[in-house]
Amino acid sequence: MSSSSRPLHIDPLEKKWLKVAFALIALFVGVILYTGFFQHVHPPGGMETIDSAALHLSEEFAEDRLGVSVAPDGAIKVTLVAARYGFYPRSIKVPAGRPITFRIASADVLHGLHVPMTNLATMVVPGYISTVTTRFPKPGEYPLLCNEYCGMGHDHMWSQLQVVSQEDWDALTPSSKEP
Amino acid sequence: MPESSFKPLILSHFWLAFGSFGLACVLGVYQVLERSGLIPLMQSPEVYFASVSTHGVLMAFVLTTFFIMGFGYLVATTSLKMPLAHPKWATAGFSVSALGTLMAAIPLLLGKASVLYTFYPPVQANVFFYLGAALLVVGSWFWAVIMVVMFGLWKKAHPGATVPLPMFATTANAILWLWTSVGVALEVVFQLIPWALGWIDTIDVGLARTLFAWTLHPIVYFWLIPAYIVLYSLVPKAAGGALFSHDLARLAFVLLLVFGLPIGFHHLYMDPEHGQGFKMIHAVGTFFVMLPTLMTGFTVIASLEQAGRKKGGKGLFGWIGKLPWDHPVVLAAILAFLMLIAGGFGGIVNASYGMNAMVHNTAWVPGHFHLIFGGTTVILYFAAAYAVWPKLTGRALIEGSLPLVQLWSWFIGMIILSTPWHILGLLGQPRRISSVAYNSLLTLAWDPYELAMIIGGLILLGSAFLFLHILLASQRKGLRIAAEEAEIHYADEEPEGTRVPALLNGFGVWNLVILLLMLANFGYPIAQFFLFKTFGSTGWGY
Ligand code: HEM
Ligand SMILES: [Cu+2]
Ligand SMILES: [Cu+2]
Repeated sequence: MSSSSRPLHIDPLEKKWLKVAFALIALFVGVILYTGFFQHVHPPGGMETIDSAALHLSEEFAEDRLGVSVAPDGAIKVTLVAARYGFYPRSIKVPAGRPITFRIASADVLHGLHVPMTNLATMVVPGYISTVTTRFPKPGEYPLLCNEYCGMGHDHMWSQLQVVSQEDWDALTPSSKEP
Repeated sequence: MPESSFKPLILSHFWLAFGSFGLACVLGVYQVLERSGLIPLMQSPEVYFASVSTHGVLMAFVLTTFFIMGFGYLVATTSLKMPLAHPKWATAGFSVSALGTLMAAIPLLLGKASVLYTFYPPVQANVFFYLGAALLVVGSWFWAVIMVVMFGLWKKAHPGATVPLPMFATTANAILWLWTSVGVALEVVFQLIPWALGWIDTIDVGLARTLFAWTLHPIVYFWLIPAYIVLYSLVPKAAGGALFSHDLARLAFVLLLVFGLPIGFHHLYMDPEHGQGFKMIHAVGTFFVMLPTLMTGFTVIASLEQAGRKKGGKGLFGWIGKLPWDHPVVLAAILAFLMLIAGGFGGIVNASYGMNAMVHNTAWVPGHFHLIFGGTTVILYFAAAYAVWPKLTGRALIEGSLPLVQLWSWFIGMIILSTPWHILGLLGQPRRISSVAYNSLLTLAWDPYELAMIIGGLILLGSAFLFLHILLASQRKGLRIAAEEAEIHYADEEPEGTRVPALLNGFGVWNLVILLLMLANFGYPIAQFFLFKTFGSTGWGY
């Protein structure tokens, strides 16, 4: 026993492998940082609070404010309330190929929102507003599913999202044609 | 022999762990059947969610905690060659945890705690569920403290000597668990219990989720470290070789401990209550914990290669065929690696800050953790049980190739269960649904995969029963063997006199590093709930 401790021992083969491992990690981290900072690929975020028990009194989430709205500058916003067991309004229509910002609040418990095979996904946490922006490349009928357990009716919690082509959209909303 | 006196205690831990596991597997098969819609009479969300909550708690908290405690006591006494310190406290810890399990099981089975193993307020469970879960954790703290105490006692009695690797890793795990469990303990004690008792009306769900995420990531290393101990300390000898690397093995455990803790936000990527900055910091940290696993893969495979070459294996891959595939510990390690490679790939997808949106809360996620937790980790728990059973029972494992059949069937069943599960996730199926009720064309494509999962589940259930049978039959009818034959063979360590660097022989500095990292990564995100006005939630039924 005894004698003083020796320095860290790393086998030459291990040294090589460590380099490979660091290269792998650098690659993944690099991709994340690059797509995040240069292509703006981010998850939802930003702490915005709301009283989930009083959504009907709020500016943004009162019943008559929900649904799709087009701002004067053409920006499209979808305001939804997630409540057992649906996303309200139950059916919405948006154009393909344009950035669309979803704003969602829960009226009761946790929910999750996901449109399969797209990156439209966010948790909906009571007390907080979820904001997520995406673009749907292809027109079609999409289900908007709840993907967080929210009670016995969780299986039934979904709404419909219709993505229409740009031309159909313009026909629907003449105002959005104006510059 | 002083050590024989605590064998019943360790066996009690193992039987509680594996008994719960067997029951949970039965529930698992019910779940895959129910959700497939194959038998319409079975359809019931009430039963399904009670079952998933019970299955999740039994697998994630009961199987793991009791196995880890039992295995820890065994590793401590056999690798340090000293008697159990404070056996009375160990018994007390077991009793507290067992009582907690019972207390939580009753509301779970009655459908009064269908809040899933992740608790997820504001759906509210019966208070006994939260109390039971808290006691389970408190009992495990007794274990963690005893591990740290034994580590200290041994070092004091052997000044300057290197702590044997399996005990070094076990102590790392005990310390990891103490840090890890604080998050969920705060949530349960200061939020869920007072709220379920009606002492407070509302709780902040954002804070609750943040505290849970503190625990949710490192808890997987708590489960994994005993499996890694099997890989590092039991596999090399079983394969007929030696451990390739000593320092890096220790470093791997230190890295798991230090970097496993401050990265839990990858469970909250999709949450609104945190900003993108902290999410990105945790994302980068998450990729750094790949390092210890990549190191482990290298060291263990290199150890196996040396063993295979010693047996005459030639060429780039010839050594693989020479390995003793008929040794349960070696076979389990090989199968565990295969599942780890697939599961690790899936984990990288989950961890990816942006890509996560495609798979978050889809069926991909349970597919992933069944493969890596139910597969890689649990198959190494089986290996550990086979390796230590003779020591604990004084009897050899029953004759024949049953353990090999058991391991292979677990592997095959897990592949058949988890592959379609991943595909379902990519096809958009949410996790945690008891039936497919969406009136959408998309869901037609889901049916065949749900049916395949039933086959996987049935194979796994058969394998689980076989496992319990082997343990029981060996304990009751196995050949009695001499004490020397029952010894546990840990991989050789360096000869005495060569001392590893002090940083790899203790945890003082590392605890400080963890403290700083936790402050940096969780300090503000938790403080924000107190700095800003937030709105709490009342409790909801389900
Ligand atoms: C017979 C083998 C098994 C089968 C058939 C099975 C099946 C299932 C099913 C169908 C679910 C529900 C998932 C959902 O609704 O999204 C589930 C959940 C779960 N399983 Fe298993 N499982 C098995 C073994 C295991 C093992 C060995 C473990 C880990 C050691 C495990 C851990 C879990 C956990 C933690 C959950 C809860 C997930 C949640 O709350 O979302 N399972 N399992
Ligand atoms: Cu929901
Ligand atoms: Cu994690």
